[in-house]
Amino acid sequence: MEILDQLSSSQQFVLFSALKVAGVFAVLMFIVAYIVLVERKVAAAIQDRVGPNRAGPFGIWQPLADAVKSFLKEDFTPGHVRKVYYWLAPAAVMIPSLVTVAVIPFGSQLGAQRMVIADLNVGVLYTFGIVSLGVYGLVLAGYAANSKYPFIGGLRSSAQMISYEIAMGLSVVPVFLLVGDLNLSRVIAHQAGGWSHWLVFQQPLAFGIFLAAAFAETNRLPFDLPEAEQELAGGYNVEYSSMKFALFFMGEYANMAAAAAMMVTLFFGGWTLPIWGLDQPASSFLGGVLHIGIFLAKLLALMLVFIWVRWMWPRFRYDQLMHLGWKRLLPLALANIVLTATWLWLRA
Amino acid sequence: METLCFYLFAALAVVCGFLVVANPFSRNPVASAMFLVLTIAALAGLFVLLHAFFLAAVQILVYAGAVMVLFLFVIMLLDLKEEERRSWRKFGLVGGGVAVALIALLMYAALRQSPLGAAGEPRVEGSTAALGELLFRQYLLPFELVGVLLLVGMVGVIWLSKRAVP
Repeated sequence: MEILDQLSSSQQFVLFSALKVAGVFAVLMFIVAYIVLVERKVAAAIQDRVGPNRAGPFGIWQPLADAVKSFLKEDFTPGHVRKVYYWLAPAAVMIPSLVTVAVIPFGSQLGAQRMVIADLNVGVLYTFGIVSLGVYGLVLAGYAANSKYPFIGGLRSSAQMISYEIAMGLSVVPVFLLVGDLNLSRVIAHQAGGWSHWLVFQQPLAFGIFLAAAFAETNRLPFDLPEAEQELAGGYNVEYSSMKFALFFMGEYANMAAAAAMMVTLFFGGWTLPIWGLDQPASSFLGGVLHIGIFLAKLLALMLVFIWVRWMWPRFRYDQLMHLGWKRLLPLALANIVLTATWLWLRA
Repeated sequence: METLCFYLFAALAVVCGFLVVANPFSRNPVASAMFLVLTIAALAGLFVLLHAFFLAAVQILVYAGAVMVLFLFVIMLLDLKEEERRSWRKFGLVGGGVAVALIALLMYAALRQSPLGAAGEPRVEGSTAALGELLFRQYLLPFELVGVLLLVGMVGVIWLSKRAVP
């Protein structure tokens, strides 16, 4: 600890920020790797199959085997693709999904360090901004492929993500009307002190719309039209192989983790639990670790919902998707804003 | 550090802005659109350096995330080959030159009005409450007028596009 004391405050800030970034990145990558295995196991259970069980007991080394396979496969670039965009697209899918988690408080504090990488005042706007950039990866992948089915997948994704982004953005406005701040740490502080303080119970409609929009934004069933295998032979990622394909795949799961983390923070009280005084910032090291554990447990529970829904629901038709987004969710979200604002006005 | 970041973002904005309209390597509209996205991102970086975090986030959210995605969507549905073949036209050159001259004049006049170097307190740093107060009290009329202008633009687009369909 003596070495730490010699550093100036800005050097300490850089050091701890780098540590937090590395830690969050490692945990996120671990979650992405193992949620794929969980998804395959859950799918198998739902469909009355066994699932991957060859690599290690219960298939726990399966993610490792998948990673080795992706790296060792030939990275083939078809001759007819647009090279620059073809290389750019996988990165443009992966990076936004990793960067969104920067503003999410994943714990109270360890020692004197607050467990959030960047505690921005406009936290949620930052997240929505970065999420809205995620669509470029899919659009560019569709365009780069320079062939029909990926292109249709790319166009579908851009139309779908624009539509549901609006419903998603409007659905959280009532939440911030109640909290009175865009800072995600304050959102969590607002939810401390009892189960009824959780915003999912105060704003169930907002949560429902946000959940539906999150399925669409992460291209998961029932809204996985950009990669509908039966119609598009796989969608925007048809021409990709090896690690580039794996990046699209990991991007989807990282997006799912980011969306679940966002929902935990906005609606489920973040790292707090309203029992045993766990809704106050931790005073001991062990308490801090416990808070991170609570956050991860909530995160995994929500990701299990994502997986569960995928294997229980059929895919929407494209016109149904647009109808639901523009004619159902959007007016509902607007009505929710007006109702919440009126209620707050009457109460004041 | 801040000065370095300023020059980095400023250079990025200028270079990418130039490549949007006059890209020597490719006449592909998709390339132009992607450089416009980079320009917008660089401008958002400049807003951050000015402590206008809200503006930076909205710049990314609205322009890079929504407007440009729609642009790309439309560009990809158009016939790209025609645009790649199009050459410089006299009228376009003259019109562009006049527009650049007018904007330069406007910027010069604006710079003369408020000399550089006098750093003021940022009025809308982060907090959305302060921004809302300004927009809905002091600048209510211009704010509503901009809203009406956008509505007029939307109605105009619908009217123009409806006429083309028999």
